[in-house]
Amino acid sequence: MSGWSMIRIATILVYLFLFAPVAVVILLAFNANQFGGFPIEGFSLRWFEALWNNDAIVRAFKTSLLLGLLTSAVSTTLGTMAALAMVRYDFPGKRTISTLLVAPILIPEVVLAVALLLFLQALSMPKSFGLLLMGHVVFTLPFVVLVVQARLVSIRRDVEEAAMSLGATPVQTFFEITLPLMLPAVMAGMLFSFTISFDDITGTLFWKPGGVETVPTQIFAMLRNSISPEINALGAVMVIFTIALPLIAASIARVMSARKLRASNRKTQTA
Amino acid sequence: MAADIAGARRAPWMLLSPSLATVGLLLIIPMLFIVVYSFWLRTATGADQVGFYLDNWIEVLGDRFYRDILFQTFAIAFYTTVICALVGYIPAYFVANTPMKSKAFLLLMLMLPFWISYIIRTMSWINILGTSGALNTVMLSIGIIDEPIQMLYNQTTVVLGLVHYLLPFMILNVYVSLDGIDKNLTEAAQSLGCTGFQAFREVTLPLSLPGLAAGSLLCFVLAAGTYITPIVLGGPRDAMFANLVFEAIVTQLNWPLGSALSLVLLALLGALVVIYTRYLGIDQIAKSFK
Repeated sequence: MSGWSMIRIATILVYLFLFAPVAVVILLAFNANQFGGFPIEGFSLRWFEALWNNDAIVRAFKTSLLLGLLTSAVSTTLGTMAALAMVRYDFPGKRTISTLLVAPILIPEVVLAVALLLFLQALSMPKSFGLLLMGHVVFTLPFVVLVVQARLVSIRRDVEEAAMSLGATPVQTFFEITLPLMLPAVMAGMLFSFTISFDDITGTLFWKPGGVETVPTQIFAMLRNSISPEINALGAVMVIFTIALPLIAASIARVMSARKLRASNRKTQTA
Repeated sequence: MAADIAGARRAPWMLLSPSLATVGLLLIIPMLFIVVYSFWLRTATGADQVGFYLDNWIEVLGDRFYRDILFQTFAIAFYTTVICALVGYIPAYFVANTPMKSKAFLLLMLMLPFWISYIIRTMSWINILGTSGALNTVMLSIGIIDEPIQMLYNQTTVVLGLVHYLLPFMILNVYVSLDGIDKNLTEAAQSLGCTGFQAFREVTLPLSLPGLAAGSLLCFVLAAGTYITPIVLGGPRDAMFANLVFEAIVTQLNWPLGSALSLVLLALLGALVVIYTRYLGIDQIAKSFK
């Protein structure tokens, strides 16, 4: 056997290792067996029905969704502004600022969680949804900055300069030229921060007030008892949700750009 | 005109100020605060005694218990990193050298694990290795074993869970540096008489070391800071350092002690990051976001 085909087989095995356990979660979610393990006893949707009727899980899902949306709104706004400054301007102390902006990635999340929690408790702010939101924003901000920055570099400056020289004000230029060009980068940042927030458990367990659960902490709490078919079903929903989301976003982006292309074609034709 | 120049000078700072304020208020100041806090004392009544006490530090640095768990944490992180590097290099090499069409697909598949929740990927191993899991079911039905064996809840499964979680980080980082290598270099080496393997060892491998180093740093730091995996996949004796932090802060409510413990973890992992950036620069890690 040649070296290359051995590398190919090893690669397939590694990919299998990455995905097989998750595939088993999804498989077992549809299993009729009442203990949540093997053997497979037939196809059933009863565990999804059980999820739907479980108030705690539905509540956790709503909390996660709200937290993820707010986190991504705040941290994408802040992160995009910072990324613009880093890509578009030269200023003294740029390297230090850049390190400062990615600092939250370099600090272990546990330490970050402890520091924020204790600081706010010392200011007599109790654990709250607000604390969760602040924590998630700090934690996702560097990812947004990095992702948006990487994509901003490829936007050419001359288009903006052309608009300005044709009489557009800086504000007009930003909303008419820069923002539409930046949209894919901003969307990527939003998706990134949403998924990180939606999946986060390490910091969330420190910050969440008693009685409030997100989906990951809810799964974690349920695991304390034992693995149940409900957990597998919840896992399957999470997997489908977090994988479908970027795919849907990507196809929306494609449809939008196709429509824009068609619209601009029409414009040039009438002109 | 002068106003324009002043405006241009101010613009980046106006764009940066919300982010810098966020990082400053919610990260830098809290970090400085726990440094101070670690010298306070939690009294039996539950109130904090403000002052300069070394008690927490003496306990954390002097107690065998903490030192043993610290060693155990670093051992687990080390095994995880080494396995990730060995196992992750091969697919990274394959993806970097495969034709364009399957490359896009393989890269997409490599991104997928990042979108799948960490807690689900961790707990998924219970379905594989648990007493009613896939492996036991198969072995029972073939007749290798007569009753289910417990393969979970030991150090090996903790490492396994961490490898499963961190492998994509390693593959992606190695891939980025392998992909940046000029193919002409290996061809030149081969035309000068190197065998394929020699060309790999002398040209490709050294050029991919920055990616390997970046991946290893990420794997080690993320592995050493985890406390969920040992709870889900480890036994009672497999606690890692972050579990102690969680215990101290959330369960015992001994915040000064918890501060000191988290600072120890930060100092050790921070030293690694500093050594790394000193030699290789922070940019390598940022590369994998492109």
